[in-house]
Amino acid sequence: MLQMTLALSASACRSLLAGASYLVELAKAWRPAASSDSLLERAPVMLRDAVTGFLPEPWRWFANSLIAIVAILAVFGLLFAYLTLAERKILGRIQNRPGPNRTGWFGLLQPFADGVKALTKEDIVPANADRVLHFLAPVALVALSLLGFAVIPFGRQLVPIELNAAVLYFFAAGAATELAVFMAGWASHNKYSLLAAMRALAQLISYELPLLLSFVPVVMLAGTLSTTEIVAAQGGWKWGFIPHWYVLTPWGFAGFAIFMVAALAESNRSPFDLPEAESELIAGHLTEYSGFKYALFFMAEYFGMCALSGMAVTLFLGGWQAPLPFLEFIPSYAWFAAKLLALLLGFIWIRATFPRLRMDQLTRLAWKFLVPLALINLGTAAFWSLTHDWAGPLQLARWGVAAVLVVGPFVIMGRTLSAGVAPRKYRYA
Amino acid sequence: MIFVLTIIAFLTLATAAVALALRNLIHSALLLTVSWSGIAAFYLWAGAEFVAFAQILIYVGAISMVVLFAVLLTRRSRDDFAIAPESVGRAVSALIAGGAVLGVLFGAVVSTRLPDPPTSAPVVTVRRLGLQLMSPHAAALLVVGALLTVALLGAVVLAATARRDATEDAG
Amino acid sequence: MNLSPLHLCLLFSSALFCIGLIGALCRSNTILVLLGVELMLNAANLNFIAFWRFGPAPSAETGVIFVLFSIAVAAAEAAVGLALVISIYRHQQNIRLQEANRLKG
Repeated sequence: MLQMTLALSASACRSLLAGASYLVELAKAWRPAASSDSLLERAPVMLRDAVTGFLPEPWRWFANSLIAIVAILAVFGLLFAYLTLAERKILGRIQNRPGPNRTGWFGLLQPFADGVKALTKEDIVPANADRVLHFLAPVALVALSLLGFAVIPFGRQLVPIELNAAVLYFFAAGAATELAVFMAGWASHNKYSLLAAMRALAQLISYELPLLLSFVPVVMLAGTLSTTEIVAAQGGWKWGFIPHWYVLTPWGFAGFAIFMVAALAESNRSPFDLPEAESELIAGHLTEYSGFKYALFFMAEYFGMCALSGMAVTLFLGGWQAPLPFLEFIPSYAWFAAKLLALLLGFIWIRATFPRLRMDQLTRLAWKFLVPLALINLGTAAFWSLTHDWAGPLQLARWGVAAVLVVGPFVIMGRTLSAGVAPRKYRYA
Repeated sequence: MIFVLTIIAFLTLATAAVALALRNLIHSALLLTVSWSGIAAFYLWAGAEFVAFAQILIYVGAISMVVLFAVLLTRRSRDDFAIAPESVGRAVSALIAGGAVLGVLFGAVVSTRLPDPPTSAPVVTVRRLGLQLMSPHAAALLVVGALLTVALLGAVVLAATARRDATEDAG
Repeated sequence: MNLSPLHLCLLFSSALFCIGLIGALCRSNTILVLLGVELMLNAANLNFIAFWRFGPAPSAETGVIFVLFSIAVAAAEAAVGLALVISIYRHQQNIRLQEANRLKG
């Protein structure tokens, strides 16, 4: 009896001690570790540690990863829902109509109504379809397009995984989505779906090249493939107010422009939305999909758009860095979110502004314009990196040469690009 | 550690074997991408991060696409994917030859005493890899670049058709 | 029998090599034969990584670099091989290897 009491009290003491030391650890975490990290900055990590802190070491790692996954799914799932609403609202405003405004206040419940509608629709599979692939295609597409989020630094301390070759990982995960598009087109057993899938693949492969080439200068100048180090390399301010973001250099600006155009095409957004042009192709490779599978394809499109925008923010716009020194009190993830939303707004604006490209114009733009420009941009970046110690008037010369190297090819190749196109001859009209 | 390796090996071997035995070429190509991803998983397991992502990017992203395009371009009708079963004699002789090679290789591997593995895994950062590629292996890198260019040009020349008439959209 | 991780890796790669070999030998479809050859190449790459990871001289990056070059060569091989498949198809309207036995185009 006595032994039992002793054992019980000992274990109680031990657990009490463990609890106390846990509280002490928590209190330590509350104290600012580095002066630059405000309380708000560390809030997400502290919240996570408060949840998983009591777990033993291997489980803690597992729980931390799980929480990161759940957080990404929740945040970007909600962002997807409200991005569709924002897109419809903004498109409506641009086209001088109100957009969805009947469900909830200002149409705020519209995404959920859409979700319920998609879930309750009949799921139609064509009689001769390849059933397994028909089911696997949307699932694989969503899963693969979510993989990219794993390496984007969302904040100073919010990196899901730190990889040495993070940028390569991101684009490897992105390249795998092409397979899902092929599966969707082929499994439908519909020759028009298959043709549309082939066109989509041609587009994806064509634009993969400028996308990959446009970030190589960043890797060259930062000297690393790790996203956290690329963001860190863009920290600091010149003369106290001009941030060292890569977009503010000649080669960085050209790279950012090429990256964004290629990202538009990679995520099948207008004006490059030929693969699923609803009004022309009856949604291309998605013709035979209905209900929730169809919604999954759009979910993957929006996830891909968010991931590519996040990568653009990381590579060119300084990631989570604040634009001005005195604005650093705002937590880093808020800056990341602001930049991400600005880019997404740009995507929507472009969709409302530009007409769709023709297939031949689309491939010509990739192969005859973007790829050579990206290659020349590589040379510009090499020049920039070789002349990093030029000072005084030489600094002006450096900017001038780099600017000519960026603008000159753009003008010359732009002329040859539009040589046979404008003014258009309407032969059959 | 060994457990993970076993799972990866099983997945890779099973998908590869099934892919090469299937009669539907599209299914074969798609299953092989799973097998190639399994090999990338093995590289990750061994700590060669860069090679793993390069494997995914090139095999799953590029080569599988080329294979699928080739499959689609070399058939006459929609139902031409299912290829006729191979002759039994050919299959049996292939199995015997492959089995013999497998036996020899397994015997050789099992009977060899290999040096003890180092206690710590070698760490190879992308930076060191890049420096190695650019200074001691720069010539090889250039040769590979030339090889890829020549190969792609050759592939285009082989696969391109002569245009029948110059007025493409006269009708 | 006590097998080290290196042994297991080598067994894995030899099994993969033999699957590729059997596939390349017993199928008559040119694309499948090419895929079998690709698998054999991959098995060789596996060996490079295995020896780099568990071999006696872990400091050198040579194994990794060799695999990178090998992957590049495999990509070139696949591109040229599949272009050849397409031109074979154009000549004889199918891609059965047994029928591709004429030197005259």
